[in-house]
Amino acid sequence: MQELKKDLYLIDKAELLTVIMEKKNALWRLCQICCSYPKAENHFEVTYSFANGQDISNYRLIAEREEEVPSISRVYKSAIFYENEMHELWGLHVENIKQDFHDKLYRIDVETPFLEKEGE
Amino acid sequence: MGNRSIVPYGPQHPVLPEPIHLDLVLEDEKVLAAIPSIGFIHRGLESLTSKKDFNEMVYVAERICGICSFMHGMGYCMAVEDIMNVEVPRRADYLRTIWAEMSRLHSHLLWLGLLADGFGFESLFMHSWRLREKILDMFEASTGGRVIFSVNTIGGVLKDMPADMLQDFVRQLNDMEKEIREMTDIFLTDYTVKSRLVDIGIITGEDAIRRGAVGPMMRASGINVDMRKNGYAAYNDLDFEVITSTKCDSYARCEVRIGEIFQSIDIIRQCVKKIPDTEINTKVTGMPNGESFIRVEQPRGEAFYHVRANGTKFLDRFRVRTPTFANIPALTQTLQGCQYGDVPLLVLTIDPCISCTER
Amino acid sequence: MGQFLPFTKQVIKNLFSEPATTQYPFVPREYPERTRGHVDINKDNCILCGMCMRSCPPGAITVDRVGKTWSINRFDCVQCGYCVEKCPKKCLSITPGYQEPGPEKFSYTVEVPYEPPKPAAKPAAPAAATSVTEGAKAVSETKAE
Repeated sequence: MQELKKDLYLIDKAELLTVIMEKKNALWRLCQICCSYPKAENHFEVTYSFANGQDISNYRLIAEREEEVPSISRVYKSAIFYENEMHELWGLHVENIKQDFHDKLYRIDVETPFLEKEGE
Repeated sequence: MGNRSIVPYGPQHPVLPEPIHLDLVLEDEKVLAAIPSIGFIHRGLESLTSKKDFNEMVYVAERICGICSFMHGMGYCMAVEDIMNVEVPRRADYLRTIWAEMSRLHSHLLWLGLLADGFGFESLFMHSWRLREKILDMFEASTGGRVIFSVNTIGGVLKDMPADMLQDFVRQLNDMEKEIREMTDIFLTDYTVKSRLVDIGIITGEDAIRRGAVGPMMRASGINVDMRKNGYAAYNDLDFEVITSTKCDSYARCEVRIGEIFQSIDIIRQCVKKIPDTEINTKVTGMPNGESFIRVEQPRGEAFYHVRANGTKFLDRFRVRTPTFANIPALTQTLQGCQYGDVPLLVLTIDPCISCTER
Repeated sequence: MGQFLPFTKQVIKNLFSEPATTQYPFVPREYPERTRGHVDINKDNCILCGMCMRSCPPGAITVDRVGKTWSINRFDCVQCGYCVEKCPKKCLSITPGYQEPGPEKFSYTVEVPYEPPKPAAKPAAPAAATSVTEGAKAVSETKAE
């Protein structure tokens, strides 16, 4: 684990589930999961934010374009929606989501994910 | 075992003005599961960062939602100010707080109206919207807009409120407080209202945390979480208590929101008393570089802003997690096991703002 | 009455009170002074720099330097006021009064009587000279961005 700035840590895939379980046992709630694809770096950045009262901590996972990211939806149920959103709008592969909407969470008329069109 | 069927609910529904679609799995009249889908009005506002520069994004951020428009603009500005290390003048902080609390007032009055409409009490609906109209007039007089205010800018606010205007607002709010009290007493004591709200849609505090609920949904389950206690804008100077309830049902959510209406009026009064006389904005130069996570308490709950800038005028990422999105898992939880007739009401108790959710 | 039939008081009040609404098309609405209705231009001060065109979030404003016109599509305008903020000569303003609905979108065009400074030409009067140099400065600032 590496601290990037205040309350933001860089973690790798192996650490993810340990971190999540730690937060879950300390009764932190999942604030959000954000997926981004900075043009300069050419990889996905998945940021998990947890909150407990007024405290917040963010964990960032870096994934390559075609890499699979483990799902945390079996630990945090609300992650189902964030993970489906990431898969649908960004094209990030998330393994084994508890409730997979198969790209039907967002009923968007145009083709998703949006990233593909820009990248090619 | 009863008769199982799947009933599509929405996106067009008489009770809901906004497009959320739920697939309800029913066993006779009992809901076994609800599968939501959204995105009917997805606008791709987050990806506009590649076309609009970071100053123009203020106006885009405001248009995420029609009710919390001010707070969206404020949250975005706070995030960029945090990246650029801009110190906002104190008066701008106070003005932001006043407008934010007025937004909360009008959002909660709107919600009370929709709730009354949801359980078929049309005249209560009319009365709460009549009161809300006065707040909109106050917005128009102070900012020039009734719904979208466009007063936020990076580094402060664009319009000032003169002292006589502030005094006039406080006088109007004092008058309104009596009328609101009369109306909310009906919500809290009327038999018909109670029969539709009490013990319906229970979500315990533990469940609320596990499902990541935010805002009044969480506070109605006895969890004391209010982002205003973080002390952003002028809230660190103000004296207020977080309103919670331990009843966990729809009635508790109604109670919490009604409590917040009076709290907002009180906060505005405090602000008008304490507002310092300084500049209202600072000049911001340069381009943002870095990232920031900001949480603000909207009427519907905690909104999360993540801004990541790369030193150019276009941002890398602007992420908004709106309160309704966070409340959808909690909504599916409350819907499990409820009666089919209560579904519209339960969808309303999370104060859904689907336009926010779509972005 | 208390807990029993708490709405009765309100019902009786409603019977004898004035309606909260106005008879809108017959009684016109009065707007407060700050209402952001539509964008107005003071064409005499405009220097056709194009700042408003570049800053407009929905892209409703078009500035034609060759044809010397400033035009706005009021149906696209979102009344955010960013052009007013950005205008270097402060010739734009937002005033009350909304665009009326119509069967199709159209642009509202103003011809701007601005003479761009000619590098070789000598200024005729000192008053004109200051405005011209200021104008040139604003134009060069725009180019620098």
